[in-house]
Amino acid sequence: MFAAVARLGNNVFYYVEQTGMMMLFLLQAFGRILTPPYRLAPIVRQIHFIGARSTLVIAVAGTFTGMVVALQFYDTLVRFGSVALLGSAVALGIIRELGPVLTALVVIGRAGSAICAEIGIMRTDQQIEALDCMAIDPFRFVIEPKLVAGLVAVPILTCFFDVVGIFGGYLVGVVLFGVSEASYFQGMIDTVGWHDVLMGLTKSVIFGLLIVWIAAARGFLLHRDRAAGFGAEAVGRSTTNAVVLSIICVLVADYLVSALML
Amino acid sequence: MDAAQEFVIEVSGLVTHYGDRKILDGIDLQVRRGEIMVIMGGSGSGKSTLLRHLLGHQCPTSGAIRLLGTDIAGASRKTLYAIRRRLGVAFQGGALFSSLSVGDNIALPLREHTRLDEDTIRIMTRLKLEMVNLAGTEDLMPAQLSGGMLKRAGLARALINDPELLFFDEPSAGLDPVVSAELDELILRLRDVMHMTILVVTHELDSAFKIADRITVLDQGRILITGTVDEVRHSDNPRVQDLLHRRPAANHADPDAYFRRLVAGHLVPGR
Repeated sequence: MFAAVARLGNNVFYYVEQTGMMMLFLLQAFGRILTPPYRLAPIVRQIHFIGARSTLVIAVAGTFTGMVVALQFYDTLVRFGSVALLGSAVALGIIRELGPVLTALVVIGRAGSAICAEIGIMRTDQQIEALDCMAIDPFRFVIEPKLVAGLVAVPILTCFFDVVGIFGGYLVGVVLFGVSEASYFQGMIDTVGWHDVLMGLTKSVIFGLLIVWIAAARGFLLHRDRAAGFGAEAVGRSTTNAVVLSIICVLVADYLVSALML
Repeated sequence: MDAAQEFVIEVSGLVTHYGDRKILDGIDLQVRRGEIMVIMGGSGSGKSTLLRHLLGHQCPTSGAIRLLGTDIAGASRKTLYAIRRRLGVAFQGGALFSSLSVGDNIALPLREHTRLDEDTIRIMTRLKLEMVNLAGTEDLMPAQLSGGMLKRAGLARALINDPELLFFDEPSAGLDPVVSAELDELILRLRDVMHMTILVVTHELDSAFKIADRITVLDQGRILITGTVDEVRHSDNPRVQDLLHRRPAANHADPDAYFRRLVAGHLVPGR
């Protein structure tokens, strides 16, 4: 009984400590972002890594998401005889919810895991310490470019997803089911407002921050993670944890932002 | 000022814990300018922890650490970085960045901290690579080097800004005898030609006796002896002699403590 309470207390302490370290990590990273020197080249390289190399996956995911959304909505709307609403339904669903969330999930899978593994290996291989010993700030050298790139690339990818998704809906709605092209787009123009776009953008910026923050921090703090263990296994386990944690955080944040902005 | 410059490293009363376990217990250590100090000890003796403290990666529970005349225990990042620019650290496995070529790795401190032009940087990089017998490898990636080459490339990077004080973690671990001997020669040359102060952490006896001006032997977090090679060789401390003659440690010297270690944790009620 006593042991169980002690274990519970230990766990609480551990998770509070971990959360605190993650917060400090974010604060330190932001401290570097907000102060000079600013360097463009490493940031561009990271945007390329997170962004450009994800576009193909996003294009495929976006097209099929738009197609399936149009399919489902068409099936429902046709019963109520309001097929004219198809365009706005597809656009609102994708811009407000599916675009930001699914883009975030793709980026977690492609870039989040890679960021966590890369930084985790730098930690186990003493590369982070080596930077520190050379008086090169690891936050500035390793973390800052990735965080800025996440904040820039994820919103851009989300916009791309939205456009492709709407095109996917067009394929199913207009090309396949013969909804008139004019009503598909006019419905969109009539109902999608700046507020909806803003909500999608807000989400994507928050998701971009969450993804890179969690991935980078879990890798960077690898040596403080009791579940991770040691060496190569630690990197693998930390990466898995980071991916799971990112997905959960993105979904929770998605609900919170929706609730606040609707 | 001169008195402070006399000792490049001054550690006094260093105590440190890992959780509840005491890792270092009252370490006092002075390293003079221009000498090679070897820290020796078996695994678990606390020598790696001591190195981490000297590099400022860990803060001690109590005690003072002065590097080049500045107290680094609890120093701000700015002071720490100012000191670190005057140090070189060669890590056990080299710790090269896998995304950069060998040459870019070695040039990194120059690119970050100086405004030298590319040609100068390239020449300086080649100079250091020549020193560690790795000429012509600057365009290779770290993945293409062997373990011993990585270690030497790491040394070249540590030497690129001609540090006053060099830390070298396990120079001979995992190297073949010839390369290991070459590294020992290089360490001696660095002291003689460049008047570098060098602190080497190792458990290799042959190498330690060959390069050391003075040796400090650590055991279970305490210093057993600090002295010249001869003083250490002829020490009458039984633990030092165990270490020198590779005798297995008499671990059960304190039967009570031994028993407590065995039953600690699950068997004692209340844990």
